[in-house]
Amino acid sequence: MAMVSFVSHDGETHTASLDEGQSLMQVATNNAVPGVDGDCGGEAACGTCHVIVDPQWSERVGLSGPDEEQMLAMNPEREPTSRLSCQMAVCDAWDGLTVRLPEFQM
Amino acid sequence: MTGPRAVIVGASHAGAQLAASLRQEGWTGEVVLVGDESALPYQRPPLSKALLAGKSTLEDLAIRSAAFYAKQEIQLLDATIKSIDRTAGHLVLGNGESLGYDKLALCTGARPRRLLVPGALLGGVYYLRTAKDVELIRGAASPGQRAVIVGGGYVGLETAASLRALGLDVTVLEATERVLERVTAPEVSAFFERIHRDAGVGIRTNALVEAIAGDTQVREVLLSGGESIRADFVIVGIGVEPNTELASASGLVVDNGIAIDDRARTSDPGIVAAGDCTSRTMASHGRRVRLECVPSAGEQAKVAAATLCGKAKEITALPWFWSDQYDVKLQIAGLNTGYDEVVLSGDPRQDRDFTCFYLRQGVLIAADCVNRPREFMMTKRLLAQGAPLLGRAELAAPDLTDVRG
Repeated sequence: MAMVSFVSHDGETHTASLDEGQSLMQVATNNAVPGVDGDCGGEAACGTCHVIVDPQWSERVGLSGPDEEQMLAMNPEREPTSRLSCQMAVCDAWDGLTVRLPEFQM
Repeated sequence: MTGPRAVIVGASHAGAQLAASLRQEGWTGEVVLVGDESALPYQRPPLSKALLAGKSTLEDLAIRSAAFYAKQEIQLLDATIKSIDRTAGHLVLGNGESLGYDKLALCTGARPRRLLVPGALLGGVYYLRTAKDVELIRGAASPGQRAVIVGGGYVGLETAASLRALGLDVTVLEATERVLERVTAPEVSAFFERIHRDAGVGIRTNALVEAIAGDTQVREVLLSGGESIRADFVIVGIGVEPNTELASASGLVVDNGIAIDDRARTSDPGIVAAGDCTSRTMASHGRRVRLECVPSAGEQAKVAAATLCGKAKEITALPWFWSDQYDVKLQIAGLNTGYDEVVLSGDPRQDRDFTCFYLRQGVLIAADCVNRPREFMMTKRLLAQGAPLLGRAELAAPDLTDVRG
């Protein structure tokens, strides 16, 4: 089973299985991963599902698109590989992916 | 699972979040989430958008998966509630059975305000609040048909956009002089009227519905001036009313919503409430406010869960909202109630992206951001930091790099 790891700001790791067809935000909320809110339900409208992709993975999972970019631009915890996880459709090939979570979802 | 039992009445955004947050806050007893719709708790905002337009299914809209509730040992109970017996600590269900609770949360939501005119009960008059409502509307909506929408608020306008996308002929009837009259500045209303007219929607303002005519099925909508508008079906979107009957019948204080404090406690400190059914005094507004929005429901639910677990959290997040119509994404940060000035960044008369900032005595209190996510996020941050005094020129052409860090 393909797995993804979410590393919280204080270093705690939550692992969840990837369900193809879901967004990474849904994977997090369906597995009670703390630190991913997803308040708008996946519309890229709230910015509360911010994750920072392990740079080694960023080529495979892609960088943020224009809408995400606008939402992330004002975020003080923003990093080059930041994404809104609701805009990331997961696939089995992402087995082993690690993302970090910011201290605050704003 | 044994131990104390928390019962949550209402399984929409607030209820589902409260259940999840109880587990995050360390509640180890039972959690029973009672709802009167058979589906898993689902997201309501997409009902008038993606679900109505046929771009997603109800399964897609589940807030969390069935596996989540199973794994978190959250029991979903499909039932209605007749009454609350606070002395005995139990609920009486619709079927007469009783359900005991140690902790109780009320997330009863709101229901559409009914249109009270002759003919309002004819076949083909719909409301839009639940997935079932959307199913009925989709069954009635086929290309070329005439839909009349009563109410030019967010639900009415989003529905208009979705029905246009399905190829229907759409007319929106707004009773006041402009759409979104209650919630936005005239400049923003004019923008939305323009984009809807450009999309072929008939927008009629100052249009008071006097009656709906037809034999058993809607045929036309009669306006107060004597005019009639042909309709194959009607959708009414004239606001919501909070579901407070259970609370008031059990003696809880209700004041335009179940009255809660900053820790989501009702007038009975052992009972919390969250979501569209509540009202709370907002320090920034100096009065009790009832918010109808998902982010607020989520925030209140998180605090309510903490309160039930004996932790001291307070509702602090500022409200925000969003609406999608055509290619336009409107994001609203803050509450503009009581504004005395607006500053525009961009030109709503001709652009398809602009921001309308709302100020009260020179202080930024809210912003309507149309296709301007950066300014939305900027405003959210500025308001969270304590609304600063910003010059009008700064707002009209915000230097977005300045507020970072």
